[in-house]
Amino acid sequence: MSTKIKINSQISQDSNNIYYPKDESEVSDLIRELYKQDSPTEIIGNNSKSFIGNKTQSANTTSLSKISGIIDYRPEELYIKVKACTPINEIEQVLSENNQELAFEPIDFGYIKEGKSNKGTIAGYLSCNYAGSRRFKVGSVRDHVLGFKGVNGKGDIIKSGGTVVKNVTGYDLSKLIAGSFGTLVALTEITLKVLPKKDSSKTVIIYPSNFEQIYDFFNKLSSSSSEISGAVFVPEQSKDKDFVTKKNSVFKFNDLKSNVSFIAFRVEGDKISIEEKINNLKKELKLSNSDISTLDVYQSEPFWKKVNNLEVFEKTEHNLIRMVIPPANGSKLCKHLENNHNYFVDWCGSLFWIEVNNKKEEKIKDLKKMAKDFGGYLTVIKTSSEYDYGEAIFTVDKVRLMISEKVKQSFDPKRILNPGKMYRGV
Amino acid sequence: MSEIALPKIDSSILNRKSEIVKKLSKLTNIENVLSEADELRPYETDALSVYTQTPLAVVLPENTEEVSEILKYCHSENIKVVPRGAGTGLSGGALPLQDAILLGLGKFNKILEIDYENKCVVTQPGVTNLGITHAVQHKGFYYAPDPSSQLACSIGGNVAENSGGVHSLKYGTTTNNILGVQMVMMDGTICRFGGKSFDQEGYDLMGLICGSEGLLGVVTEVTVKILKTPEVVRAALIGFPSIKEGGDAASEIISSGIVPAGMEIMDKALIEATDNFSKAGYPRDAELLLIVELDGTVSEVNELIKKVEVICKKNNCSSLKLSNSEKERLSFWAGRKAAFPACGAMAPDYYCMDGSIPRGKLAEALLEIKKLSEKYELPVANCFHAGDGNLHPLIMFDGNDKEQLRKTEEFGSEILKTCVRLGGVITGEHGVGIEKRELMCEMFNDNDIQQQLSIKKSLDEKNLLNPGKVYPILRKCAEEGRVHVHKNKDKFPDLPRF
Repeated sequence: MSTKIKINSQISQDSNNIYYPKDESEVSDLIRELYKQDSPTEIIGNNSKSFIGNKTQSANTTSLSKISGIIDYRPEELYIKVKACTPINEIEQVLSENNQELAFEPIDFGYIKEGKSNKGTIAGYLSCNYAGSRRFKVGSVRDHVLGFKGVNGKGDIIKSGGTVVKNVTGYDLSKLIAGSFGTLVALTEITLKVLPKKDSSKTVIIYPSNFEQIYDFFNKLSSSSSEISGAVFVPEQSKDKDFVTKKNSVFKFNDLKSNVSFIAFRVEGDKISIEEKINNLKKELKLSNSDISTLDVYQSEPFWKKVNNLEVFEKTEHNLIRMVIPPANGSKLCKHLENNHNYFVDWCGSLFWIEVNNKKEEKIKDLKKMAKDFGGYLTVIKTSSEYDYGEAIFTVDKVRLMISEKVKQSFDPKRILNPGKMYRGV
Repeated sequence: MSEIALPKIDSSILNRKSEIVKKLSKLTNIENVLSEADELRPYETDALSVYTQTPLAVVLPENTEEVSEILKYCHSENIKVVPRGAGTGLSGGALPLQDAILLGLGKFNKILEIDYENKCVVTQPGVTNLGITHAVQHKGFYYAPDPSSQLACSIGGNVAENSGGVHSLKYGTTTNNILGVQMVMMDGTICRFGGKSFDQEGYDLMGLICGSEGLLGVVTEVTVKILKTPEVVRAALIGFPSIKEGGDAASEIISSGIVPAGMEIMDKALIEATDNFSKAGYPRDAELLLIVELDGTVSEVNELIKKVEVICKKNNCSSLKLSNSEKERLSFWAGRKAAFPACGAMAPDYYCMDGSIPRGKLAEALLEIKKLSEKYELPVANCFHAGDGNLHPLIMFDGNDKEQLRKTEEFGSEILKTCVRLGGVITGEHGVGIEKRELMCEMFNDNDIQQQLSIKKSLDEKNLLNPGKVYPILRKCAEEGRVHVHKNKDKFPDLPRF
């Protein structure tokens, strides 16, 4: 581990010796100096998601939190250009004034961490690339990034992309930066595609009787011309009283029966087409009115917020796993999880949030194998205090690791930025 | 052919041609290796046919292992490799090099798996874009990105170029519609990025490969997402008395919260040219024509069409027609899709430009192009994918007149520089290839380009894979950047280009 060094510059530091560069050129100066001194740094924003990933082996900490503010918002061009550490809340607020939104539905990780909202910054969001419930319809965070500026591990300011949707000029580095956990560049500026908010939404709840039926419903929902924009399954898990209690308190809506297993799907659009789509889907899924509960817009919106806040796992002290698999293998996974782990399924059958109790790293190993066999992957999003990192947090195969090391080398040859945050050697 | 700087020729490779051909014949079936002059001729160029070059040899492997063995051999012997899909690219990305093997993926022409449950298709890269839709449309599904050459262009080429299409505002380009790729690196390493599930963890290497123009690896398998065909699709054909009013209407449609499936704009010159050519029944008195396409459920589309109608009337449209049948909808598109041949019929040659601009800058861009047209005394017609800001000016000229050719090149270059000045980019969908290589420095500074070159170097240390493409060789902003078509002799005359 490298030793702490004194940087010869005017960049402000707080009492914990965290650097707070105030603009892009200060970020560049700082990293250039760290590069010269071979002294790595952890990169943080507002610290809302810094618990995700491995602990970095860095002598220094650099906070980009002062690099904040909206640079250029063009509602009619469907883009917003912001400084990298602009809070998500601020962006959502200004978009909302123009009836627009970040369509990928940012997840609020504050609830699992400390039981209250803390969405953090857009740079943190992009660095994790974890999209919410609408992902299967509109794409992930990476699909909404049009361009960025940042500082690589040598201190060079680099940019890629632009403000237009159609752009094939050079390598698409925006994609590479998404999900790179700050290991390639310290982001300073991000341009995002924004989309109009839908006029209204409704959520329909159905109560499947077995796992095969759940996935039959998911399959029919995702095969319909009457597009849905969210579909979750929340299991009964009757043996875990605490989870049942939590579930009942989180999903307390109208006549939603949260003590049994349920699927909820969301339809968005203008009011007339919502009714039309729901009627089509009821026919396609062979549902009668007595089989379902419906949440109107005033209930539908908070329902999906609670899903995207991961509120059923609020302040969890266990390990929280995010597993993504092709939906065709979902019912097998549900069967395995039943009464073993608390979980719920998002993205119309593809994304699993799974809670694994303390001291059960071997269970994580089993799940990892299962994810691989099913053609997917898993990430340990939150670790319990007893997690000993015997099982890696991320999943990677040998060839991808080799290529990742090469890519890292091309951005950050001395491994100055967030070393080890994802994989050893990266 | 036109002159263009290409990487220095390695004469030792040229001298070893027979030995190399012999070795390649051992790595794949002997009939898959072409080395005679008449066999090589069809591969001399892609759809940027102004540039031609005979490759050392053409090899057409049949499976991933063969690709890996061939690349491994070329890597160890320092032989350059140019990958090629269907050869429909408009920027010269598959232009051969004299001392390089041309690696054609044409034999990778099978769909490997159709997986309706996971809503994806696993396919070899040589399958055409439209071939994927054809394979799933009987079940009501389709593959969304629709480049105008979709009848012939291969999905592997689409990945290399990150191809878009008329519908990319709503449905995205290739990168937003693929789930996984299998790729072979220059040293022969076979790798897989992504699969049938969303968002691979770790670095998004699939996202890096998509649009890398064959410089980082050879894609040998692609998993694409398929979507359910919308219940109904309708189009509106709207004429405007001025560029400004039409451009404003297009902007207002977007800012009102409508995301059209497609939105196209044509200027007066193109309205007349296409109407003469295809008898599409376009309003010839209009200065600007807007085609808006909407899809969704019946009432959703009807609701949106009503909104579009209100916006267009508010912006003083001079004519407005709504499609009431599939036949009528296609007739609205007929003229637009004949834009390129229509220009070809008006002059011996035309250059097709490809740049992107912010939608709201359309009027400014068109006025600027009009001024340039007067300055260079060359007619120009413009079409614009208004949904996503992609502009295609078509400059008409006579290539036999050297002075006109020179002026056209300057004109084209000025248009692309205008795009950058207005906040856009030098290529929206055709790629950089060799065509716009020297214009890269209009958009990127040394640091930006150096970072991209470092990535290239980290994955292809010897710079053997498709060298000389995308990144400037001359390190100056040369007067380049257009597609040249002579006497309407497009390399692929039957392909619609829009």
